Amino acid sequence: MSGRAQSRPKTSRLRSRRQLLYKYMATKSLKKRDSDLAKSNRQLEILSNGIFQDGELPTFKAKISETSQFPLKAKKLEILQINVGYMCNQVCDHCHVDAGPDRKEIMTRDTMRQCLEVIKNTGAHTLDLTGGAPEMNPDFRWFVEEASKAGIKDFIVRSNLTIIRANKKYYDLPEFFKKHNVHVVSSMPHWTRGKTDKQRGDGVFDKSIKALQELNAVGYGIPDSDLRLDLVYNPSGAFLPGDQASMEKDFKKALMEDFGIQFHNLFAITNLPISRFLDYLIASENYEDYMYSLVEAYNPAAVENVMCTNTLSVSWDGYLFDCDFNQMLELPVNSKVKHISEYNEELLEGRNIVISQHCYGCTAGAGSSCQGVVA
Amino acid sequence: MSKTYYDPADLRKFGKITEWSEELGNKFFEYYGKVFEEGALSAREKSLIALAVAHTEQCPYCIDAYTKDGLQRGVTKEEMMEAIHVGAAIKSGATLVHGVQMMNKVNKLDG
Repeated sequence: MSGRAQSRPKTSRLRSRRQLLYKYMATKSLKKRDSDLAKSNRQLEILSNGIFQDGELPTFKAKISETSQFPLKAKKLEILQINVGYMCNQVCDHCHVDAGPDRKEIMTRDTMRQCLEVIKNTGAHTLDLTGGAPEMNPDFRWFVEEASKAGIKDFIVRSNLTIIRANKKYYDLPEFFKKHNVHVVSSMPHWTRGKTDKQRGDGVFDKSIKALQELNAVGYGIPDSDLRLDLVYNPSGAFLPGDQASMEKDFKKALMEDFGIQFHNLFAITNLPISRFLDYLIASENYEDYMYSLVEAYNPAAVENVMCTNTLSVSWDGYLFDCDFNQMLELPVNSKVKHISEYNEELLEGRNIVISQHCYGCTAGAGSSCQGVVA
Repeated sequence: MSKTYYDPADLRKFGKITEWSEELGNKFFEYYGKVFEEGALSAREKSLIALAVAHTEQCPYCIDAYTKDGLQRGVTKEEMMEAIHVGAAIKSGATLVHGVQMMNKVNKLDG
């Protein structure tokens, strides 16, 4: 008895040391750490082995076949999403891009020029710039200025908020966004400091609050304002997001009461089991339970509107993907057209979407997309 | 046979109880689902009540389920712990209030 009682604290000390080490390692990207999971084929292997290989859970292909939704086909393009680089000032626990300060993949002005040709001629109503922190691309402002001339209805920049406070050269970003009528979409995992900093790093909450206040000050996020400010919520751990409308109510109440902050909509997004989130799921022994949760929450109605059917994702080097997640898994579009330089919207329409088990992340519950729920 | 009474994986199989008694099982799950819908109490408030009761009932499956449910609803760990203290206070209060019965009995027998 006494032996067992004594061994307990030792175990918990060991565990906490391992967690500390994990936390320390997590300040670098998987790529920089030369982690096995930085390789997309290793991730795809994990997603196809184990519980999916031995039939404990159905593959995504088998699941959507049950409702005759295989193969998933691309409909008319509505959203063009461009990733201008993987460099970021933050290293978030769950990042599916494996972004961070040590990532050097950055879109060049030449590739941006090729993108601009497409932006001028596309039938898409939404242009969505993402990263990393897109603002860290040295040609970001030039690109926004040029792209805004194309007159696309909804021009989104996914800003992580802290970048606005990261360096003096970014302080005027709210004014810059306003000048070009950019729709700002920002991540905010929770309305409390503790949960936000745990996921996104120490000090992130305070900087994000300050950035939101500055965006409000120039007119962003005020009810009825054309300057759109939306927040993205994704869970801080191995669980699915709750109801988007209730979460929005809770966020609005707390941010208003505590900080006088306003915003328009909250998008609740499910964490997909790839990259750093997959690494976390495996390290914390949550992988199988998480995949069970995703499969149990499978909703065929969400498959109808899953974002890959109306979105195209362009990587920093100009290659085309069905979504940002397939980009990170290096699963290119199933089409003769592979690169932005040979772009052809008609040829791309109707293509078969490339799928694997990570796709369950977009079809769980009310569904998940870069614009929030879909069903 | 399993060597432990509780297996976390069994929670996923909860729905299978309908297999051996379909009508009662289905009625239970229909009732259960209805109870947790938004009503005069919010679904969030109900989730916290469930978490507190899960602890007083000492049901490991329920504790797993409603901790996760709370996280999904954005419930903070401080809120969760306070809810459990409510359950604990009622539990200890329920024990101690019987002390009056003991006092009455002592007074009667040995007064």
